[in-house]
Order: sequence, then structure tokens, then C-alpha cells
Amino acid sequence: MEQNAEARRLVPQTEEPKRQLRRPEQPTPPAEKRAWFGKGVIYTGLIVLTIICFIPFLMMLTNATRSNEEVLSGFSLLPGTSLAENYAVLSDYVNIWSGFKNSLIISVLVTLLSGYFSALTAFGFAFYQFKGKNALFVFMLVMMMVPGQLGLIGFYELSKNLGLLDSFIPLIVPAIASPFVVFFVRQYIQTVMHPSLLEAARIDGASEWRIFHTIALPMMMPAIATMSIFTFIGSWNNYLMPLVLLFSPEKYTLPVLMGFLKGSQVAENLGSLYLGIAISVVPIMIAFLFLSKYIVSSISAGAVKE
Amino acid sequence: MKKLDRYGYVFIAPFWVVFLTFSIYPVLLTLYYSFTNYSGAEGEQIVGLANYTRLLGDSYFIEAFFNTIKIWGVNFALQIGGALMLALLFSDLQLKLKGLAFFRAFFYLPNLITISSVALLFGILLDWQHGSLNMMLLKVGLIDEPISWLTQPVTAQLSASLILTWMWFGHSFIVVMAGVSGISKDYFEAALIDGATRWQIFSRITLPLLKPILLYIMITSLIGGLQLFDLPMLLTDGLGSPDGALNTMVLYLYNQAFKYNNYGYAAAVAYGLFIITLVFSIVIFKGMFRKEQAEKKGA
Repeated sequence: MEQNAEARRLVPQTEEPKRQLRRPEQPTPPAEKRAWFGKGVIYTGLIVLTIICFIPFLMMLTNATRSNEEVLSGFSLLPGTSLAENYAVLSDYVNIWSGFKNSLIISVLVTLLSGYFSALTAFGFAFYQFKGKNALFVFMLVMMMVPGQLGLIGFYELSKNLGLLDSFIPLIVPAIASPFVVFFVRQYIQTVMHPSLLEAARIDGASEWRIFHTIALPMMMPAIATMSIFTFIGSWNNYLMPLVLLFSPEKYTLPVLMGFLKGSQVAENLGSLYLGIAISVVPIMIAFLFLSKYIVSSISAGAVKE
Repeated sequence: MKKLDRYGYVFIAPFWVVFLTFSIYPVLLTLYYSFTNYSGAEGEQIVGLANYTRLLGDSYFIEAFFNTIKIWGVNFALQIGGALMLALLFSDLQLKLKGLAFFRAFFYLPNLITISSVALLFGILLDWQHGSLNMMLLKVGLIDEPISWLTQPVTAQLSASLILTWMWFGHSFIVVMAGVSGISKDYFEAALIDGATRWQIFSRITLPLLKPILLYIMITSLIGGLQLFDLPMLLTDGLGSPDGALNTMVLYLYNQAFKYNNYGYAAAVAYGLFIITLVFSIVIFKGMFRKEQAEKKGA
């Protein structure tokens, strides 16, 4: 606070010359030493924060290798020897890999459908003049603000009436209409692709579909890739929809399986429960190891674009 | 040329067919159900606004609303404060901190993990008797007796907030960092030459220029926060215990619809939630906008 008050007093312009005179004195050795000390404190804080971020996972990993009794008896970060037993107990009750497979199938298809059809829609909105275009676009933007839960009950009823309960279709097909992706890709294509490119291709005799597939789609790829990361993560983590729509354990996605795990016999053996969670988490961590730079830049791009 | 423009309709057609079927129709159907006493079987009756009047006087829903706000609010304050501080440290021209990519990756990691796995994990880590957290704290000597994190209302809400902070501060940090690096270095350099303090640079340059980004984080975080479901569902018993402290609005909606088959009432809950989200978003937008105008007038 005091420093702040002093700083405020310094602001008036009349004092400017004084400050400029004082300035060169600052980088003297004591100041540097203090900065070095401050840096040490900051790095320590950052490392502590890193540990806080990681320690729950570490506990998960070690507990996954310890027997139920060991987990109950105390805390340790040293791995145990019961990994195989825990896995045997776990696989007696749930098939965690089928959850993996289901989640993967759904998320990959969702990402592909959302990417392709959003590009198609964005292309239509960006380069063709037709009646009602602006109204449709605005309507789409407005609907973008509507949270997913609003239609949950209607969506469930619709799926029931179409006979689509306990199937992957209502989890996959709606991805064709992803307003936010359309919006993002349209903004992007309008800045990178000039309409004259379209004209040139037409003169060369290319059909509209061909123009889309061979010229526009490749140009939109960076934007689609950015959005695909979010689409994939969103779909992979989606819990509420599959929870409502899927009934058979063999169709459960990974998040639903986690809930199932909690209520099952596995929960009586904590080591196995930890192992189940670990199996759901570790592949994501490994993927992140390779993709972290890409993911981080996508998040930045998504936020700054708005 | 005019003829070719028809392709516009062709290209946007699949989107609209699916959008109308799977997004708009369910929203309208839900609206219809919110005026009925539909309970999963055919033959529902129109009950007018009965569901909505019930909603306004429903102490469980009102409690769920305040729970959601509390859990989100504590988490957001911590999350944005932490993210801002980290972004300032890493963008400081004098400090020149190293290892941004490394730290950023670790801070972001929790956000990538499926929230249901996170909820399940913390559910057992925070267990009163056998949870690793209490065992660790006891071993280190920070506490003398195990804390029952998830069985008392206050600590349960605080735990939920902290878990959310843990999950999201890295994400906010990345977004704020993107905003900070979007600010021209010239401003900071000029300010340094003029002898501005860190606090001055922060409050006079960084913060005002970050406003749009902060608004973006706040709105997206709020919309996400009001829809909080996975965490309270899997952290305890799925009904919002202890004492309804973890009962959030969407959890209430889910239980009303799929546990008690009160589809009509749950539909009204969904619309109540929607209106609340809308009001909050407008208030945030307006608040930010008014401040900006006041500043302009003042200057």
C-alpha cells in the first residue's frame, strides 16, 4: 500500500526529469542480489504449486499398486506390489477397456463429424449470397448461448421416441451441428481465403463440391484442428448425456463407468478402485505429454479470437 | 453466379437439419413439458405455470442455487487471482522467469482429466478415515485429528471449490497469459523507463488491457459453473449430501427427472437455470460496460 501511495505521487508529469535522473542508479549490485533472492522464492512457490497439481495423481498411482490393507493402513508414496491382484479384482467386475473403446469411438466420430460439417456450413455461410443468410447466422449465434442442459429432457424424450436410447447415435450425430465451431471456422476462412480464389477455380471448371474439398477444406484445416481439440476433450469428458442415455454396462463410456465403479463391488477394494481411476487417467496424461504445446496454443487461440 | 449461390443452401442444409432436430426441437419440447405434469408416461396434463410457481418457492432449488454460486464464486476468485499472479510473474520483463512451458503444462494437466475421474479420485483421497490426504497431513503433523472433509457442509463446499480451482487455474492462466502476451512490449518498456512500479504497470496498463479476456474467462467460467454436475454427483452420494451442501442446480434437475420421474418439474428447473444464466451474463456484460463508460467520462 505504501509503495502504491508513493508511486501515485510520482505520476504528475512535473516530476519526470527527477525520475529519469534517478533511474540509472537502480541496477546496482544490492538490487540485483535482492532480485535473485526474490526469484528463488518465486521458483520455490512455482515448484510447490507444481507438486500440488501432481500429488493427487501420484497418490493415485502409488495406491493403485498397493493392496486394500496397505491403502487403509497409511499414507505412502512408495509403490506396493499388488498391481496384478488389484487388476484381477477390477476386471472381475468391470471391463474398463470397453469403456475406453466406447469413449474413443464416440469421441473420434464426434470430432470428425463436427469438423467436416462445420467446415461445410462455414463455407456456405462465408462465400454464398442467399436469402435469409444473415438471419440464420444470427439465430445460430443466439442459440450458441443456450446451455446444453436446457434441452436435456426434450432430448431424452426425442431419443426415446426415435428408439435411440441405449445407443451411441444420439451421442454422435448431433455433432454435425456445432454452432461454435461453425462460427470459429467461418471467422477464420473469411480472413484467409479471398473470394477471387473461388472465381478462379470456377473459371477452371471446378464444381462447387470440388472447390470445397480441394481448396477450402485444406485452407480451413488449422481452424478445424484447433476446434477439434476442444470437441474431442469435450466429448471424451461428457458425463451427463451418456449417463442419461446409456443403460447397458458394456456400452458405458469411461466417465459413466467411473460412476458405475463407485457403486460396484470394486469400491470395497480401494487399491482396485485407484487402479480403475488410474487406467482412465494415465492414457490422457501420456497423450498430453506429446500434445501439450499444441493444446496450449489452441486454448490461447480460442480465447484471443473472441 | 446466381445459380451457384444455391449451393449455399446445400452446404448449410445438413447442419440445419441436425440442429433443428437435436437442438431446437428438444429445447422447445422441454419448454412444453415445463407446463405439464409429465412423469415419463403418456397422457400428461397441462398444468399452466404450476411448475414455475413451485420452483420459486422450492427451498431445495433455492438452496441449490446458492450452493452453486458459493462453490463457483470461491473457486473463481482463487482461480482468477492465481492465474493473474502467475501471468504477471511470467510476463515480467525484469524477472525473466524460465520454464514457462514446463510449469504451464503441469498447471494445466488437471484440467484435461475427465472430471468424473477427478471426482471419484478426490472422493477417496478426501475420505475421513482412509483418505490419503488426511493420512498425509497427520504424518507431516499439520493436523492432529483427521478432518471429515466431505461430511460437513462447509468443508464439503470448500473442497468442491478447491477441486475446481485445482482443475481450472491452469486453464485460466493460459488464457490470461495469451492476453498478456498480446499486449505490446513497448507499453511495459516505456513504463519501466518512466520508472513505473510493478503495481502501477499492473493496475494502469495490464489490467485495463486484459478486460476483454477477463470478461471472456468470467462468462465462460460462470456458465460452466452454473452447470456444475459431475463433481457433486460423484464426490458424495449423488444426492448432494452432506445436508444438501453439494446439491447444485443441475444435480437437482437430474435427480428430479431421472430419479423421481418428475419430468415436467425438471423441465421447469432447466428453464429456471437458463434464466438465471442469462441474467448473470447480462449483469456481467453491463457491469463491465458501465465501468468502461465511467472511465471514459472521468478521463
